Amino acid sequence: MTYIRPAFRHPDLPRNDLGFTRKDYEGAISTLCAGCGHDSISAAIVQACFELSIAPHKVAKMSGIGCSSKTPTYFLGNSHGFNSVHGRMPSVATGANLANRDLIYVGVSGDGDTASIGMGQFTHVVRRNLNMMYVVENNGCYGLTKGQDSATADIGSASKKGEPNHFEPIDLASIALQLGATFVARSFSGDREQLVPLIKAAISHRGFAFIDVISPCVTFNNNPKSTKGYEHVRDHLAATGTVDYVPFKQEISAEYEQGQSKEVTLHDGSVVHLHKADPELNISSRRSALRLIKDYKAKDQILTGLLFMDENSQDLHEILGTSKTPLRDLGAAELCPGQKVLDKLNESLR
Amino acid sequence: MKRIEAVNDFVIKFANVNGTGSASANNMFAKSLFRMGLPISPKNIFPSNIQGLPTWYEVRVNEKGYLGRRGGVDMMVCMNPQSMAKDIQEVESGGYFFYDSSKPLDLRMMRSDIHFIGVPLKDLCQREYSDARQQQLFRNIIYVGALSALLDIEFEVLTGLVSDQFRGKEKLITPNVRALEIGYHYAAEHYQCPLGIRVERRDAVGDQILIDGNTAASLGAIYGGATVAAWYPITPSTSVVDGFDKYCKRLRIDPGSGSKNYAIVQAEDELAAIGMVIGASWNGARAFTATSGPGISLMSEFLGLAYFAEIPTVLIDVQRAGPSTGMPTRTQQSDVLACAYASHGDTKHVLLFPSTPRECFEMTAEAFDLAESLQTPVIMLTDLDLGMNDTMSPPLVWDDKREYQRGKVFNEEQLEAMSERFGRYLDVDGDGIPYRTYPGTHPTKGAFFTRGTSRDEYAVYTEDGDAYEKNMQRLLKKWDTAKNLVPMPEIIDASKGGGKVGVIHFGTSREATLEAVDTLAAEGIGIDTLRIKGFPFHKSVDAFIEQHDTVFVVDQNRDAQMRTLLVNECLVSPRDLISILNYNGTPISARKIREEIIAVLRGDNVRPIHKKKMVKESV
Repeated sequence: MTYIRPAFRHPDLPRNDLGFTRKDYEGAISTLCAGCGHDSISAAIVQACFELSIAPHKVAKMSGIGCSSKTPTYFLGNSHGFNSVHGRMPSVATGANLANRDLIYVGVSGDGDTASIGMGQFTHVVRRNLNMMYVVENNGCYGLTKGQDSATADIGSASKKGEPNHFEPIDLASIALQLGATFVARSFSGDREQLVPLIKAAISHRGFAFIDVISPCVTFNNNPKSTKGYEHVRDHLAATGTVDYVPFKQEISAEYEQGQSKEVTLHDGSVVHLHKADPELNISSRRSALRLIKDYKAKDQILTGLLFMDENSQDLHEILGTSKTPLRDLGAAELCPGQKVLDKLNESLR
Repeated sequence: MKRIEAVNDFVIKFANVNGTGSASANNMFAKSLFRMGLPISPKNIFPSNIQGLPTWYEVRVNEKGYLGRRGGVDMMVCMNPQSMAKDIQEVESGGYFFYDSSKPLDLRMMRSDIHFIGVPLKDLCQREYSDARQQQLFRNIIYVGALSALLDIEFEVLTGLVSDQFRGKEKLITPNVRALEIGYHYAAEHYQCPLGIRVERRDAVGDQILIDGNTAASLGAIYGGATVAAWYPITPSTSVVDGFDKYCKRLRIDPGSGSKNYAIVQAEDELAAIGMVIGASWNGARAFTATSGPGISLMSEFLGLAYFAEIPTVLIDVQRAGPSTGMPTRTQQSDVLACAYASHGDTKHVLLFPSTPRECFEMTAEAFDLAESLQTPVIMLTDLDLGMNDTMSPPLVWDDKREYQRGKVFNEEQLEAMSERFGRYLDVDGDGIPYRTYPGTHPTKGAFFTRGTSRDEYAVYTEDGDAYEKNMQRLLKKWDTAKNLVPMPEIIDASKGGGKVGVIHFGTSREATLEAVDTLAAEGIGIDTLRIKGFPFHKSVDAFIEQHDTVFVVDQNRDAQMRTLLVNECLVSPRDLISILNYNGTPISARKIREEIIAVLRGDNVRPIHKKKMVKESV
């Protein structure tokens, strides 16, 4: 683990459409344990934002409490961030989004922050289809308090202390699907090739985009008896297929086998191209996604990749019918009706 | 038999069953007196229930303009057999008991010292209407008609109210007027009208309006520029957001696009409601929530975050009787301490205490200016009495030249011109209030990380004890700045500086306190009053306590919470403050305040002895 990042950058670093280099998307040096899956996810977010040419200050980073919720410090240093209270990031993100619909909201949470203390807020932010990307960095344990089981730990899975978990795990991807999430994916922190396009698609999706990322805890939950350690996950991974995210105005270059590929065009014209590994998968069907998750689990496999998306979803602002101008940019002229209106009101109350 | 005789000065109470449509009839009754130029203070006393339980509506008429609860009932309008036995007992000797005489009264309930006035409402209805629902609804209107004869209410005022109420539904006007007439004629034919208590037209209300505090607060939020409201339904605060919704639909729809210049979200619970307010305020919108006691408990963690991370937060607490679920539909001022120090760790919050609907309007609007100027939570503490009862109030006024005080926020140009590093928590101006930036302002400057953990002046995480202490000290400095920004107390120096007795009160104790003090003044006991309108306390509160030998504090809760707050925050000994308490769920009455003051001044040993000499000589 490094504490010093060299200031030197190659002058010919590649620049994106806005003229930013990757460096402009980096954050402070991570203070997480060396080898933590979460750092790979931070790196994937940096890469995705750089490649999408998002102006870094147009992103708001939201998180709760826990190891995962600390990570917004470690990416997008030129963005505002909000490390709120435990399990309550969804409500803070909802308020922030209501105030300014023009920013991109990147929420990072953990399995404790979402599946236990924050379960209530998580379910409701899904229902409201808030326009945001919500990433759960899922390691099946509480890292900051030294390795207690979380609610996503599988039955029989054991942490460093060796005691197996007895309780039914909560599958956040299934819950998101049931509650009407309009974009649901699962990935693995060790699979950058899959994760980066998923993040790009999630950010571009209008509505609630959920990615459950298995992200092993190297310190407390990376032993042979854990089902969320690197070894186990690598051995039991199955992917829905290869996902390509193609931004608007770019040629689709990849070639796909007939009958095994699916294209989804997003509201901004960009395209998600899925090369399916399992012909059973129908990403516009919640039922198909839920069934496949179960089927693979029965085979002791973790199904990753894009599971479901509804590219025509209406986000909270569209449902509420709020002004296209961000509410925070409205001034007294639009907001304050003035004394004349009050005079009439007073008269009606006599 | 003695008969209470009074013109424009009596209390009438309606005993109804909830869910029977009595509320609109009772409102019509009260408003008719108001339109006759008479000051009134109607109070709903209702259960936490939708249908079938007893509910009361008490109206005090007083041409001098005393609006607090007086105590006692001169006339009872009994429409509920369930509560009848108790209702009969409540009538003052010489008073009147109005009841439905379609069935004979239970003789065991009779009293020989009050006047029974029976009108066969049910029979009259059955004769006139065939439909059962109509029979019930018009029964209410018929008793209003009968009261018009009995109390000398101008009949044209009532018919005028009917026309106003059913504007656009003209078909309903005639049958309602007919019902009024049925009641009027029956009473006029069978009783000597008017009774000993009656009304006469006066010009005693001027340009005042009749509005409940919650509606006034919702208008304050609209005028104050709130765009985001997040809430969770809870009595008695629900009508704040209902009002906001209603008036936004009228006043905040963009005329061109039809889109909304506001957003209202019904949250999953109070935690989420305040979380949304904090998120929206952090991002530069004016946002608020409204709740009651249980919501305050749930919001406490987030209030600590907003205090420590310095995020403007506006919260309206319409207090009800606690603890726990308590008496959810009864009034109290029992969240004072919970709000003042909400959340773990060292926290203090700015509080506002309105006493009238106009103040609910003004203070709600002001709360946004204060919250943004101070970058901290501001809680307006009203209560069920003020929030849910129609209350006479000076008209609502807005200065069209007024500008929103958005506080210290750097914009893109200011950040661009800045050569030094932006420090989110740097005390640049020496008033303890730092500068903030909204997300998305500048590509490379002004971004910072908001957190509930300790951090240095540049918003960088730190557990360095010196940095932590420095930050906590700065928050105290900001607290001092707040003392001169919150509304000043209202002091009535009745004795022109010579007074030995003072009364401190706040919120809805105002009307009853001022009336009690008035009646004592008539008896030669001069008392000065100070009404607290904001917290932190202004230095004049300290001075007032210092200047008076005996100081009473009126609190509508069991534990004398305002007194505790005064003891905690001012340089006074607990022995300097004598409590007058009321916490039975109904608003405090002038009689009670008067009696308690007299008892102490006479030296009746009912309260802890005051450290200074007793002021017997002033009695």
